[in-house]
Amino acid sequence: MRKIALAAAIALAASATAPAIAATAVEPPAQEWSFDGVFGTFDRNQLKRGFQVFREVCSACHSLKLVAFRNLKDPGGPEFTEAEAKAIAAGFQVPSLDDTGQPTTRDGILADHFPLVYPNDIAAHAANNGAAPPDLSLMAKARENGPDYIHAIMVGFHEAPEGFTVPEGAHYNEYMPGHVIAMAPPLKDGQVEYAEANVPRTVDQYGKDVAAFLMWAAEPKLEARHRLGMGVIIFLSLLSVLLFLSYRRVWRNIDH
Amino acid sequence: MASGPSTYTPSNGFMRWLDARLPIVRFANDNLLSFPTPKNLNYAYTFGAILFYCLVIQIVTGIVLAMHFIPNSALAFGSVEYIMRDVNYGWLIRYIHMNGASFFFIAVYVHIFRGIYYGSYKAPREILWILGVIIFLLMCATGFLGYTLPWSQMSLWGANVITNLLGALLGQDFTQWLWGGYSVDNPTLQRFFSLHYLLPFVILGVSVLHVWALHHVGNNNPTGIEPKGPQDTVPLMPYYTTKYYFVIALFTIAFAAVVFYAPNLFGHVDHYVEGNPLKTPAHIAPEWYLAAFYAMLRAIDFNFILDSKVLGVLVMVGAIGILFLVPWLDTSKVRSARYRPVFWWCFWIFVADYAVLSWAGLQPAGVVLFQTGVGEDGNPVGFSITHLSQIGTIYYFGFFLLIMPLLGLFETPRPLPDSIATAVLAKKKGGAAAPAGAASAPETRV
Amino acid sequence: MSAATHDEATRRDFLYVFSGAAAGVGVAVTAWPFIDQMNPSAATQALATTEVPLAPIAEGQQITVMWQGKPTWVRRRTAAEIEQVRAMSNSELKDPQPDQERVKKPEWLVVIGICTHLGCIPNRDNAGQPGGYLCACHGSVYDASGRILRGPAPLNLAVPPYEFVSDTLIRIG
Repeated sequence: MRKIALAAAIALAASATAPAIAATAVEPPAQEWSFDGVFGTFDRNQLKRGFQVFREVCSACHSLKLVAFRNLKDPGGPEFTEAEAKAIAAGFQVPSLDDTGQPTTRDGILADHFPLVYPNDIAAHAANNGAAPPDLSLMAKARENGPDYIHAIMVGFHEAPEGFTVPEGAHYNEYMPGHVIAMAPPLKDGQVEYAEANVPRTVDQYGKDVAAFLMWAAEPKLEARHRLGMGVIIFLSLLSVLLFLSYRRVWRNIDH
Repeated sequence: MASGPSTYTPSNGFMRWLDARLPIVRFANDNLLSFPTPKNLNYAYTFGAILFYCLVIQIVTGIVLAMHFIPNSALAFGSVEYIMRDVNYGWLIRYIHMNGASFFFIAVYVHIFRGIYYGSYKAPREILWILGVIIFLLMCATGFLGYTLPWSQMSLWGANVITNLLGALLGQDFTQWLWGGYSVDNPTLQRFFSLHYLLPFVILGVSVLHVWALHHVGNNNPTGIEPKGPQDTVPLMPYYTTKYYFVIALFTIAFAAVVFYAPNLFGHVDHYVEGNPLKTPAHIAPEWYLAAFYAMLRAIDFNFILDSKVLGVLVMVGAIGILFLVPWLDTSKVRSARYRPVFWWCFWIFVADYAVLSWAGLQPAGVVLFQTGVGEDGNPVGFSITHLSQIGTIYYFGFFLLIMPLLGLFETPRPLPDSIATAVLAKKKGGAAAPAGAASAPETRV
Repeated sequence: MSAATHDEATRRDFLYVFSGAAAGVGVAVTAWPFIDQMNPSAATQALATTEVPLAPIAEGQQITVMWQGKPTWVRRRTAAEIEQVRAMSNSELKDPQPDQERVKKPEWLVVIGICTHLGCIPNRDNAGQPGGYLCACHGSVYDASGRILRGPAPLNLAVPPYEFVSDTLIRIG
């Protein structure tokens, strides 16, 4: 009886704890992702499309410094072929030294990471009105509901509502905390030409694809993790049953 | 170490020779095999073994991570990501270590609350309890130091806030000494890494003392009555060791579920943003296991003799410090809450209070829960997180300083069973034919 | 002992043995990630190739490049040096191997410059063997093909895997 009363008290306490935070950001609408759930895996084609959006649009300003070109061919990712990954790498210029020791650039190789867009932080600030574009390697884990958030930012640009003043040089975005974002709307319908004929060329689709790609960039071992976890939990469940039976057997003649 | 005479007989000439010189086999036999353990210990009593398991996991994974981690403010964040991306199984080992801390604290909280519920701190177990509180303190320190190592936004600003807290009490010279500079920077990270590596081994050492104290006085048990003879106990091996294996496997299932399917459940998103000394995150939160203490700190938003900042730190320090006095604050002669009807309620309210404080410590300061109006500045006013934390803090201290001493004087305990064996027998018969005392025990299983 | 109790004992033993074995397998499998983490990481493996342009190397000259963190020599041998090492008979060698098997083009010697004795780096030194190498640590002497002639080292200098991408570029690894 007392236990029931206790449970009721806890339930009451829990229900009273939904806080009325004056939110300045709108919760990003939840999307369906192929990598959700315990069996979740990335959709290779989606990652390739997302990479295309990143390459053609985002990479003009945003770096991806924790990801290496070799990762593009790793299992569990976009799984480009080695030749494709090499060609992608060669399309980027990475810092190097020439024969006289002077700084120069060379074509990227598989071992290189995606290069920085700006040589340093000061340059990044200076070139962007004081708002340096953040590195995107971990963006999908650095925001609550990261992939939903990235997609929401992509589709969240529109005219500021009546009475809301957007500072000079900034833009209104429904899903940005505070609604003011320095980034100009990066995408428009039809901007990125997908090779796949049946995929819509819309901002919504681009946003989903690039969010999936960035989720992989932030968590490249997600598929291996989901796979290994299944085996571990099945094994531990069977082991628990065996150990429970052993335990019961040891105690069978003892009152306790 | 173990109480009572040793049951070990060397089996052959060599063992007799060894036993006369280094009685290590006798020691293992008396403490790990034949140690007499009350036969009525329930699952809440398995958490000591689980905690040892957690400590081993954290030490093993920690040693491995230290092989790849770079304690340098410019490189630390990148080296953690290197572990996550490039080191073979690095992601697995790092996620185990990261979530291992949370599971360690889940287990230690069950262990502590179990100790309070069954009065396990009462004579002759005061030293056992105090050693436990020291381990808890060391765990808090280790957890905090580990939190700073990835040098993320959360790490950097968590380190800032906590060291400034200590500075409020001990002055600026102290913080500069602690930081090794004029702000939280590379020297801070390096020394925090060194200490984070050291403290677990100190925990291990104190744990040995903790077990020594336990084996000297023997286990408490759910009835709170000391065993009266062999009919009340069973040898540790195989009876409790098999039980430990089983619960450790169960515990590992829960642990694995988080590591593999929700590895960032206990974490904060700002842990994935590299530390930036020029920008504070919108909302700094400690790890959940320290959040209750953080809530008590923030509850003090008023000056009372002392400045609120100093007072807040004193309250927070006092919240842990008071645990050292618990054996002498509780005046009841009866150990187990099973036989203390009023204390039973006070205990569960205390558990709920601690949960509410933990939750409050994770929320942004000043959030209004129940709005009663609008202030002059246009912001909502009403019952806020701070008010909730204040009520929680009052109950926290009230539980120890008022309830524990007074209840022992005024509460009428239920009659105790004669012995563990009679209590067990009563449970077995469903209480029908049991002595009056045992039959009225409110719950037969805890 | 009755048959019934005997059966029970067997069944009980089987349960314990089986549980223990299962737990043992679990622990053994769990050990693997903790061992494998010390193997070269993906980043280290990715840097396992080095490209060396040959044009700047003059006849008789040798350059040292890093391959897998090891000093690797790329040497352009003179005609006289080639003739000398090819004239050596197997009976004079501790670790017999014709020079033809150690190079892809007679002019170019590519070897890892680590003494096969205890890992020191030998020097070019004419005192031990004209055009050869001498390891200062324990006096091992190698010829201009990197073959061990005298001293404690047991084996010839190792030849890394490499290929000629073009006439003027090799890729080691």
